[in-house]
Amino acid sequence: MEKKDIIQSFKDSLFTGLIALALFGPIVGLRTASKGEGLFITPQWGIVFLLVGLCVLGRFLINLNSARKTEITFFSNFTSKFSAITEDKAKHFAITAILFAVVFPFLPFTDRYFMDVAIMILTYIMLGWGLNIVVGLAGLLDLGYVAFYAVGAYSYALIATTFGWSFWICLPLAGVFAGFFGILLGFPVLRLRGDYLAIVTLGFGEIIRIILINWYEVTNGPDGITGIPRPSFFGLPFKRSPDEGETSFHLFFNLEYSTMHRIIFLYYLILVLALITNYFTLKIRKLPVGRAWEALREDEIACKSLGVNPTNTKLTAFAIGAMFGGFAGSFFATRQAFISPESFTFIESAIIVAIVVLGGMGSQTGVVLASIFLIGITEMFRDLEQYRMIAFGGAMVLIMVFKPKGILANRKPTILMHGDKK
Amino acid sequence: MEYFIQQLVNGITLGSIYGLIAIGYTMVYGIIGMINFAHGDIFMIGAFVALISFIIFGLTGVALPIILLLVLLIAMLFTACYGWTVEKLAYKPLRGSFRLAPLISALGMSIVLQNYVQVAQGARVKPMQPLISGGLEFFKNSEFIVTVSYLQIFIVILTIILMGIFTYLITKTDLGRAQRACEQDRTMTALLGINVDRTISITFIIGSSLASVAGMMFVLYYGVIDFYIGFLAGIKAFTAAVLGGIGSLPGAMLGGLLIGLIETFWAGYVSLEYKDVAAFSVLIVVLIFFPTGFLGKPDIEKV
Repeated sequence: MEKKDIIQSFKDSLFTGLIALALFGPIVGLRTASKGEGLFITPQWGIVFLLVGLCVLGRFLINLNSARKTEITFFSNFTSKFSAITEDKAKHFAITAILFAVVFPFLPFTDRYFMDVAIMILTYIMLGWGLNIVVGLAGLLDLGYVAFYAVGAYSYALIATTFGWSFWICLPLAGVFAGFFGILLGFPVLRLRGDYLAIVTLGFGEIIRIILINWYEVTNGPDGITGIPRPSFFGLPFKRSPDEGETSFHLFFNLEYSTMHRIIFLYYLILVLALITNYFTLKIRKLPVGRAWEALREDEIACKSLGVNPTNTKLTAFAIGAMFGGFAGSFFATRQAFISPESFTFIESAIIVAIVVLGGMGSQTGVVLASIFLIGITEMFRDLEQYRMIAFGGAMVLIMVFKPKGILANRKPTILMHGDKK
Repeated sequence: MEYFIQQLVNGITLGSIYGLIAIGYTMVYGIIGMINFAHGDIFMIGAFVALISFIIFGLTGVALPIILLLVLLIAMLFTACYGWTVEKLAYKPLRGSFRLAPLISALGMSIVLQNYVQVAQGARVKPMQPLISGGLEFFKNSEFIVTVSYLQIFIVILTIILMGIFTYLITKTDLGRAQRACEQDRTMTALLGINVDRTISITFIIGSSLASVAGMMFVLYYGVIDFYIGFLAGIKAFTAAVLGGIGSLPGAMLGGLLIGLIETFWAGYVSLEYKDVAAFSVLIVVLIFFPTGFLGKPDIEKV
């Protein structure tokens, strides 16, 4: 490298440092805090200099390292190879993963905490698969997916607490309600272009949340709904001492009572629900409507000229995605036994979108990996809650910049014309 | 009647704030065709910079007009740096990528900025003592006294001045001509020797500085801010930009005024709890029935 280049990159790094100082100086360096009456400022220059130093150093190293391009290509080659392998071995991978998921509750190291995390990850996998129908297959960016999750949870909670019906009746009803909401919202807005649609769905998600907070008579406002019935094992409740005339799960199977029974049952319940979502998606991709979704994602105008009705086709994707969101919502309600509008904020939608996007839009395996990665990491760094969200958003930006189609890009059409085969 | 006038005054003030944010949305959309989802958070950062500078200058005991002017300039400068950096890091590498990529990137950036401010400044709300107090009172003989505070007058006048400068910048200067050229055809503009990247950067800088002014007004008007204000204000300003016709600058200001008025009247006459629902419903209705807004140009899709 010539001397001129080094001087140039040094100047560039200094400029970066100047900008970094302007960015971090006021916001990080001058922390406002309330003390008695009014606000006071606590300077934190140490952190600022650390951050600025890191920026300068990072920039300088990037500038010096002319091999930067090759590294990026290496990274993207690596992920492409990885996605090629997972695609080739998709069947083996899927079978191994499912087997592992089935035996997981009985592994020696599995305790209550692991089970709770696993249930959470599976809930997100199911939500991710549900949203993947809308975002991955049909190419509609839905930023208000949590609305359907909320509708499912609240319909389950309201039906179960008001009428006392069992979980197995309420679950399909909640799904149908959520799907109905999907149609209700989708019908007017689905003719909008991609980015407008994203904002409108976001608005819809917020409307639902504001209604949940303020419609006190029905939803009990911010206090939420308590005492949602727990699911029973086909009529056998998980109770230590069942009511008169009832047989509980442990008595029926002659087991010693343990709270783990219910957790394990919930685990299998969400596993089955998630696998149904996945199976449904894989099958529907091969049907005309599934192919129409993928075609619409690639080229809407071509679809229109070939006689595909875009609005109706998108509407089916939207409604089906919403329905699975509703199922996941009712599972959430029955697991928590308590729901409040706080569980259904915009950030939930963003997490689900991030799972789908990071996994690679349209890739079912990608959703699984992204959920395990994002939720697992989150659990490990529970104390660093706020930093985790920064990393989360940063990951979304970085993936878009370096690998816009996600880690496991699978936008290959399900079918190809002859001669297009590589 | 007096109540109506009071709401009208409040609505116009709020509308000025939304209008200033909406300009950032509409300019960026006009020039690179993306919804800059992080713009609401840029506004929030502007509000924080303004708050911090108000506290610092509040201790020095300088005269109020000088403080206002200094804070205005400082907020504009520092917030513009944020706008510039966000564009360089998150949007520039994505030009020519598929359509939803910049939007997802912007969403990520918005999450980053929100949580960054939460970490750096704390999650609690930041209250500020009112700086400009007092006002003019009208209809003193009637039951309801209409108050137009000096702060409201200040906000509206400042908005008008900024709009004047801004309109001059866009219509009369070389920079404005370059921007309008980029809006029409980026490739052709580049062929004619205009630095497109620089023009886009400047667009972000202008948009962010106007948003920071809105942030400063927000601090003064409400007296309370937190790291989450950008989300709602951003959505409402985006609604305003769409209502006026996205890509149209007078449209953004008009849309801002309308959204401000709708929100205030809804809160005053219908229901306070559902005032945010009003803004979102307006957004949905507008997008369905007038996708081009009031002053927008119809969008022709080319194959």
